[in-house]
Amino acid sequence: MSYIKKPVARHPSLQPNKLGLTVRDYEGSMSTLCAGCGHDSITAAIVRAFYEMDISPHMVAKMSGIGCSSKTPTYFLSGAHGFNSAHGRMPAIATGAAAANKQMSLIGVSGDGDSLSIGLGQMCHAIRRNVNMLYVIENNGVYGLTKGQFSASADVGSKSKRGEPNTQSPIDPVMLALNLGATFVARSFSGDKAQLVPILKAGLRHHGFALVDVISPCVTFNDHEGSTKSYMYTRKHQLPMIEASYVPPATEITVDFPAGSATDVKLHDGSTVRLRKLAKDYDATDRTKALAQLYAHQNSGEIPVGLLYLNEGGTEMHEGAKTVDVPLTSVPYEALCPGSTALDKLQQGYR
Amino acid sequence: MHEALAVQTNDFAFKLANVNGTGSASANSMLMQAIFRMGIPVSGKNLFPSNIQGLPTWYEIRVNKDGHTARTSTYELTVAMNAETFERDILEVRAGGYVLYDSTWPLEKRLMRDDVTFLGVPYARLCNEVFADSRERTLMKNIAYVGTLAALLSIDMEVLSSMLKEKFGKKPALMESNRKAIQLGFDYAKEHFKCPLPTRLEKMNATDQSILIDGNTATALGCVYAGATVAAWYPITPSTSVLDAFTSLCAKFRTDKDSGKRNYCILQAEDELAAIGMVIGASWMGARSFTSTAGPGISLMNELIGLAYYAEIPAVIVDVQRVGPSTGMPTRTQQGDILLCAYASHGDTKHILLFPANPEECFYFAVKSFDLAEKFQTPVFMLTDLDIGMNDWVIPRLKWDDAYRPDRGRVLSHADLEAMPKFYRYSPEDADGVAARTLPGVHSKGAFFTRGSGHNRLGGYTEIPDEYQDVMDRLTRKHHSARAYVPEAVVETQKAATFGVVTVGGCDLAVREAIKTLTAQGLVGDFMRIRGFPFGDDVEKFLAEHDRVFVVEQNRDAQLRTLLVNETASPKEKLHSVLAYGGFPLQAHQVVAGVTSQMKSGGRA
Repeated sequence: MSYIKKPVARHPSLQPNKLGLTVRDYEGSMSTLCAGCGHDSITAAIVRAFYEMDISPHMVAKMSGIGCSSKTPTYFLSGAHGFNSAHGRMPAIATGAAAANKQMSLIGVSGDGDSLSIGLGQMCHAIRRNVNMLYVIENNGVYGLTKGQFSASADVGSKSKRGEPNTQSPIDPVMLALNLGATFVARSFSGDKAQLVPILKAGLRHHGFALVDVISPCVTFNDHEGSTKSYMYTRKHQLPMIEASYVPPATEITVDFPAGSATDVKLHDGSTVRLRKLAKDYDATDRTKALAQLYAHQNSGEIPVGLLYLNEGGTEMHEGAKTVDVPLTSVPYEALCPGSTALDKLQQGYR
Repeated sequence: MHEALAVQTNDFAFKLANVNGTGSASANSMLMQAIFRMGIPVSGKNLFPSNIQGLPTWYEIRVNKDGHTARTSTYELTVAMNAETFERDILEVRAGGYVLYDSTWPLEKRLMRDDVTFLGVPYARLCNEVFADSRERTLMKNIAYVGTLAALLSIDMEVLSSMLKEKFGKKPALMESNRKAIQLGFDYAKEHFKCPLPTRLEKMNATDQSILIDGNTATALGCVYAGATVAAWYPITPSTSVLDAFTSLCAKFRTDKDSGKRNYCILQAEDELAAIGMVIGASWMGARSFTSTAGPGISLMNELIGLAYYAEIPAVIVDVQRVGPSTGMPTRTQQGDILLCAYASHGDTKHILLFPANPEECFYFAVKSFDLAEKFQTPVFMLTDLDIGMNDWVIPRLKWDDAYRPDRGRVLSHADLEAMPKFYRYSPEDADGVAARTLPGVHSKGAFFTRGSGHNRLGGYTEIPDEYQDVMDRLTRKHHSARAYVPEAVVETQKAATFGVVTVGGCDLAVREAIKTLTAQGLVGDFMRIRGFPFGDDVEKFLAEHDRVFVVEQNRDAQLRTLLVNETASPKEKLHSVLAYGGFPLQAHQVVAGVTSQMKSGGRA
């Protein structure tokens, strides 16, 4: 009876968002990562964030480099434009993409090898340029696809699966980004979706480069006793500093917090990020103080998490470049070519 | 007494030996511009060091009424303003020629030659008397020799004075200093020497319809006219001025006067790896985007050039070639990146190359590069060189057809996608082997996953041999199709020609001049200048029609010849190389010598 058009079957719990899309519409193909991989939890958080933000998938460009983490854009937003590029080169490609079309939502997914070793320079310069994008580092301290070498984020003393300790000091993307002048710096844990989703949402709406370092344990190569990037170690040592909640534009903020315990930061699009202090005296809007406190905590073996720094006043790349308000891809050719009369006139100066 | 030169009107060359950073560049380009404005074919070659201040630098000017303005190292006159290089500079003047020098200090006896005439002008002393500021004294010494040369070569003083007015109209004090300095040098010459010399200028009208422009500016102008909106680059000699010019042209033509908002975005990248990445990202998003670099930059870009090739993303790469390998000689010219660009990146890759010979072609080929890159969804290289890029050339006035619209290639619109049941990135292909692409944000049906990893004709990930090969074979077909779209070769044949001469890019003028000289000597050859790769039928035909072919190029390893051997049906035995790769622009006599010696010896490769 094929002439009867059947309604699309939808589980009653699948509520459509403002675009009429359910969370299913924000998923991608089946993950091919190891069962229990932290990256898959981050994928689920990304799906949730885009769904809750009512963003059209085809208005999203999902960019990645090479590595386990960089495979994950296939696993979310199958309706988005994906670009799985080359190892460590995603920041530049994303920068060019952002330059061409400022209306697309850009998410870059990277790993600690991709961003902190081969692509360290590119990541740093994307931060300096303040490219308008959400940049997620799925950080597990280890190379997965090449089977278990230490990465640049491995802590001193952290042990490999074979028991050898790492002796080289780690590159910490959070401290690095803060020092480079990043305007949105967060750290989260793949095992804490409630914390991660609001950070991702705020990052997507931040006007500039939003760096989110997510500790994402590698179940195959780095989840053993002696590793400082294991599930158990991260759960035990994570130290929530700031709880962020994302409040869309024109939404009444109803929850009250005791005075002094929360700060509201208005984003460019009119939405608000509410930063609730969990650690005493921590100020996520003061770079100098944040750096000092984070440094002290990390030195004592803790892993500070939360939206650690937010400054909506930075100069985003397009602002610095003074580009027109519309995407450059939409400027008609007639507005770009000066024409024959202008060429003739110009050449009078080449005599 | 030595034999004097016969009168050579509008047919001679002179060399100016300077210290870099002393303002000699503006004096020298003033000379060239004045000769150009007198309507005489002229070229200027700046032979400069990789340095900011204090090292020797030379500028050569050649005037030739017949338009032979390739470099020549036969100088009738040398202006020796650098004591450090006196010895060499004086030795290089041809017998019977002249040496103009600063006679404030006596010239050492051992440097004197009795077969040339020494013309001493005490520039330092004269300038010290007239100018108070020490920097001005140094700068005006150079301007003063412009005045002397005006007297010696009969440069039109009215032309010089109108140039000064245009240049310094808004800076009266500077104009006055320059005017004074020119007059100083001019009057001294008139008083002390017999003017003009046998090497002299006479007004012509051969440059009325021409302009004076360097290739990098012309390239940038082409990028503006092509509608490029995103440029990403890393500073490198000799390509930096492409972006300098693009920046100022965009400021002029692409900036809204009221709001200051710009219809372009220029990204100074952290290195060339990032620069090409930005171009790929912007092109993928749908902007016309380009980068400009030199050999070392191409080396760094190799990885991502492969990505653009395999994922089929347009990219325009301007390579202003300089002397390699490694840092090599960054301020010298060469054609050493031909093979590097033709096969850039790992795995099986082949690219479209365009070879302009002069700034005129830089302009037109820059536009063409974007059309080809988008039509074939692939990187396109435009290979110029330092000589073309950084020296001023006299070229015909550029023309623009206002009916031109960019060839964006097969890009699906919102309506196209709306009407399609389903979109697949890499099929179906058209007759040229090109599949349609979509741009992000246009339509939900156009979304797909771009990847540099193995993919099949549907755009899906694959590690299956047949599926991988299927796509790779289409890329071969696509590349092959491009042979009909690259600029055709320039061919000039002669009756009774017994051999062919094939060349490329900036060798053009020297080879044409050489062919004329050879013909006069009874060695009659046909000429072909290749302007694009993959090679078209015209190239195959020329090679097939000649039993003996000389391939003239500026590199050690005969890279163009290698590419011809590799990519045409021509047997390698009949392709003989004539090579010049010392770093200075090619001269006709080098070509003549290369051809004649091989003709005599039976023409071994």
